Amino acid sequence: MLFGIDLEVKAGEIVTIIGANGAGKTTTLRSISGLTRIYGGTLTFKGRSIKGIAPEEVTRLGLAHCPEGRQILQRLTVEENLIAGYLPERGQSFDAIRSDVFAMFPVLKERRNSLASRMSGGQQQMLAIGRSLMASPELLMLDEPSLGLAPKLINQIFEIIISLSNAGISLIVVEQNASVALEIADYAYVFDAGRCSAEGGARNVLNDPGLKEAYLGA
Amino acid sequence: MLDYLLQQVIFALAIGAIYGLIALGYTMVYGVMRLINFAHGEFFMLGPYLFTFTMAALLALGGLPPLVDTIVAIVVSFVAIGVLGIAVERFAYRPLRAYGRLAPMLSALGMSIVLQNAIRVTVGPQPVHFPAIVPNSPIEMLGGMVTTTQLGILAAAVVLMAGLTAFVNGTRIGIWIRAASESWTTSSLLGIRVNRAVSLIFFIGPGLGAMAGIMYASYYGIMQPTMGSAVGLKAFTAAILGGIGSIPGAMLGGFLLGAIEVFGTAFLPIVSGGAVGTEYRDVFAFAVLILVLLFKPAGLLGETVTEETVVAKKDY
Repeated sequence: MLFGIDLEVKAGEIVTIIGANGAGKTTTLRSISGLTRIYGGTLTFKGRSIKGIAPEEVTRLGLAHCPEGRQILQRLTVEENLIAGYLPERGQSFDAIRSDVFAMFPVLKERRNSLASRMSGGQQQMLAIGRSLMASPELLMLDEPSLGLAPKLINQIFEIIISLSNAGISLIVVEQNASVALEIADYAYVFDAGRCSAEGGARNVLNDPGLKEAYLGA
Repeated sequence: MLDYLLQQVIFALAIGAIYGLIALGYTMVYGVMRLINFAHGEFFMLGPYLFTFTMAALLALGGLPPLVDTIVAIVVSFVAIGVLGIAVERFAYRPLRAYGRLAPMLSALGMSIVLQNAIRVTVGPQPVHFPAIVPNSPIEMLGGMVTTTQLGILAAAVVLMAGLTAFVNGTRIGIWIRAASESWTTSSLLGIRVNRAVSLIFFIGPGLGAMAGIMYASYYGIMQPTMGSAVGLKAFTAAILGGIGSIPGAMLGGFLLGAIEVFGTAFLPIVSGGAVGTEYRDVFAFAVLILVLLFKPAGLLGETVTEETVVAKKDY
């Protein structure tokens, strides 16, 4: 259950949602992308209400959701996963986006014909992000992109997130790994038991000793 | 002996191809919707009836060479049964989607009764003669006798299966169908309009079923309203054997089931010294069903369903 969440992402920003397990972070993303029905409040993307719109149509508007646990299509190859995520209606050519994705994640190019199930956890995370990019999103929501990854890979994923932001994509990053997320984000929301207990510039949240306790779940 | 063996191999391939074509419909629907479409056998039954009506209508109009008539009737049967399939899903299954898995399945059982009895009432319950589409002449091959109908069935089925395989593996829409059959939720997050994939599956599956029905009727020379339930259940077994949800699995399961049934039936009287005979044919299919469900529920090519995948499917 979520109560009175008031969340805003400005164009080009990286916004992070942090908080303990069960605080409602994933539910918030699912509500935005239409996977979970919301009963009250408003939901607006680029000035247009998207409340009650089906997930596939939300994605087609340019709001992509890269779900928790990666959700790679295991029985498809890497390339087929990218094809599955491509939306020609978004106005970009498949080859152009794919070469961008391959430049960002060279391992996907190397293993383009492998079955996705044969990829390691880190590679699957890269595939999940790459696949979301195939929809040419203007706003990309990443749910726990660092989950289960080695520290070196976590850094790599967060560097990618920064470069996506530099390329003009707005981002919502949901993370349990709060300190890393706060370092790259512009703005942060701290969730606690379905409510937003604090918000502010990411730097301020990072350096606020009182808040540290809240988002580290101590 | 060798000639007898070859005859049985061709027979097994022809009947297996028919099972495989029907099994594809079960497996594609199950893959995306986790629904066992119990009405699927009726599309198989409706195929030869619609083909016969169309042929009669074309003959009444006259003016076209018989070969053109036949091709037109085949295409009409595929398209019309496909459209019927879309309509059945749209009006009998989709409104029940929110009520769990049992409700659409019961609706499918109801659809099966409705469609079967629609033919029983309009055409009659008795078997009707179905004319051979290609002249049914025997050919001698390696000392054994096979018929042009058997070869024609095999060729047509292989072409349809190859076409479907190329479609699901080589086109964007085909990849969407495979994505949808792996995870509805993930597919929708990717912007795939899963409901359209479902409609397409309910066009292709029943269309292929209708083709199998025409093949079956021309093989045995008759059609009757109950043929769908009997053969449909066997094809469902073939889908389970291959691993329900898997498209190559359905084809493999069809051919395997055909082989098990034909060779079992052919050799049982020999082995038992004539004590048990061909009346045990149907026993083989359902013995296979029971054995697969007991020892390898995921089938030969199906995904192994673990607790982990069930949780993952439920959640995202």
